[in-house]
Amino acid sequence: MRIPQSEKELTFWERIYFPEVFRGLAITAKHFVVNMIRHTLRLLGFKNVPKGAVTYQYPEEIRPISTRLRTMHRLARRADGSPRCVACMMCETVCPASCIYIVAGEHPDPNIEKVPIRFDIDLGKCIFCGYCVEACPEDAIRMDTGIYNFAAYTREGMVLTLEELLAHEPAPYVSVPTQDKAPDPGPLAKSQPVSAPASA
Amino acid sequence: MPTLKIDGKEVWVEPGTNVLEAAKKLGIEIPHYCYHPALKVAGSCRMCLVEIEGMPKLQISCHTKAADGMVVWTNTEKVRKARQAVLEFLLVDHPLDCPVCDQAGECYLQIYYMEHGLYKSRLRENKIKKEKAKPIGKHIILDQERCILCSRCVRFTREVTKTFELGIFNRGNRSVVDLYPGISELQNRYQGNLADICPVGALTDRNFRFQTRVWYLQQAKSICPGCSRGCNIEVDYNISREYKAGGRRIPRIRPRHNPKVNGYWMCDDGRYGYKYVDALDRILLPRRLDEGEPVELSWPAAYTMAADLLSEATKEGADKVGVLLSAKMTNEELFAARKLFSSLGVSRIGFRVEPKEPGYEDDLLIKADKNPNTKGAELLELGLGAGKSDVSALLDAAEAGEVDTVVIFNEDLSKSSEAERAEAVLPKLGRVIYVGTNWNATAAKADLVLPMATFVEQEGTFTNFEGRVQRFWKAVEPLGESRTGLSILAGLATALGLEPVSENAEEVFAELAEQVPAFFRGSATRNLVSTGNWLRARLGRR
Repeated sequence: MRIPQSEKELTFWERIYFPEVFRGLAITAKHFVVNMIRHTLRLLGFKNVPKGAVTYQYPEEIRPISTRLRTMHRLARRADGSPRCVACMMCETVCPASCIYIVAGEHPDPNIEKVPIRFDIDLGKCIFCGYCVEACPEDAIRMDTGIYNFAAYTREGMVLTLEELLAHEPAPYVSVPTQDKAPDPGPLAKSQPVSAPASA
Repeated sequence: MPTLKIDGKEVWVEPGTNVLEAAKKLGIEIPHYCYHPALKVAGSCRMCLVEIEGMPKLQISCHTKAADGMVVWTNTEKVRKARQAVLEFLLVDHPLDCPVCDQAGECYLQIYYMEHGLYKSRLRENKIKKEKAKPIGKHIILDQERCILCSRCVRFTREVTKTFELGIFNRGNRSVVDLYPGISELQNRYQGNLADICPVGALTDRNFRFQTRVWYLQQAKSICPGCSRGCNIEVDYNISREYKAGGRRIPRIRPRHNPKVNGYWMCDDGRYGYKYVDALDRILLPRRLDEGEPVELSWPAAYTMAADLLSEATKEGADKVGVLLSAKMTNEELFAARKLFSSLGVSRIGFRVEPKEPGYEDDLLIKADKNPNTKGAELLELGLGAGKSDVSALLDAAEAGEVDTVVIFNEDLSKSSEAERAEAVLPKLGRVIYVGTNWNATAAKADLVLPMATFVEQEGTFTNFEGRVQRFWKAVEPLGESRTGLSILAGLATALGLEPVSENAEEVFAELAEQVPAFFRGSATRNLVSTGNWLRARLGRR
């Protein structure tokens, strides 16, 4: 893609270089001083002062995530532990990345009839658009596990199988804390490879 | 001829035509469930209501005969409201299990609801529970809850197959479609059609059940190769999601309407007889036998070897070569093969293979001759002697030592009436070349095996038993390294240094029509090639 270039001519002061360097340094220094003052004043009890900027020391320190963030998928279970999914293939149809693979089978209960015997999601292809969650008529597929830091050494390792999807649990609701307190990483701090499912 | 006005447009129809068909002639589709053009009118669904001027109430268009001067309105406010009310009633006990229903996507409840639905349930009562997922035949599964009691299936078993297996039992909202007491399952050979005519998901196909979703399928027009009737079919193929249906590319086959050949129907043998197309025993690579050990070949090597075998044989004398073509091959392949082998000087070109047992035949569709193109081969004047099994003639000649090289196209001799003799004679022959689609006893013993494409992997024409030449189109690519018959013959011709043969079925057909008087000429050919409509071979016009 061609990046449009600015046609603007540099002024004399920009061309002699050093004034611009010092201007940049001044901006950095301004941020440092302003945040330093804000943090100090709030520490001294001035609650009306705006909050200062914070840097999270990821991965030691985990930033709190919003509950509506689309994270790794899971499949909801019925009371007996079987998948709630009826393999209607709506998610597979709507998926813009074609990363869902479903093979349907017969369910012993004629009132349920259809059940997936294979349900793979290739996270290497998934774009986390959440259309599958939108399309699901049974509310069976959800993206609320809170797991977003997954990686694998192979392409095959990025594939979630039916068993892994069923084993995932939803992330418990954690309100986004104010920045006064150190955020509790809690269950959101789960960091694991895809191939090792979270204990149910 | 009654002339009537429908939605302000004038149309004249044959006397006795109903208003629904008259509207269809104008391109106006009146929603309907119970009406089927091939069955008697039941008038039970009430969906096809229309307004006719001069009549106090709405009339069902399927059971109202078009009359002269009639003025019909199919899309007035009153009509739309009536349709909405009918749909509301039909859906009172409908389970709405579209996610698990195989009909979803081609279900007429869904299709008409899009336009005429109420979109707001007023129902407070619980839905009536009925039997679900009940297998009622080898190929059909019944879901009574989804049924809208249109009685198409009941009328089909009464009027078309005349086997009377299905009926409607109980009364009111407890009515169900079921088998008559004392009948354990559907007996007829046309039960697959029940899944086709059912406008909802009450009767679905067990072979297709949960294999894929209908919106993943693409269609190719084709001709059933199951018998000499040549039923027009639609091949539904899925190549976008290859892991569906256990890797089968063709999850189902459906009949295509042709009033002159098969009407709306096809038999179960044809409908479920396509499975060899994706079977594991397909021949995928050319292969030769090296002292009994199979060795796989590339196509150029296979062509060279076939050409060597044939030129060696013809050097000893062209009448020492016997060719057994197959009535399963297209007109184009038969013609190209005849051209190739006669230019080699071969005169023993047969095609008739008598099966071990005579095939089943009835007076509806199924023919005893299980080959789609026997008539075409006859019109091409192939065969070693009229009426006689060409296999027997070839084996006679081989036993007498007159033939020592045989080329067999796609015929398993172990399933023919001459199985024992073929088993004894074939291994003694000098050279056996087999060109076919699937492995079988004959192919296993051949010195050279060439993989051929099946009917869904190529295009061409079949001539049915009454002399109709019908075109079919390609649905999927040939499996593995297999090639179409025309492509194999073209490769052989090049390897033998003969005049090149076209691989294009249309070009070969044009040449065929030019040279064989029994087939058409000029404009008729173009018509066939462009539309695929049936046309009658000249000799077949009796």
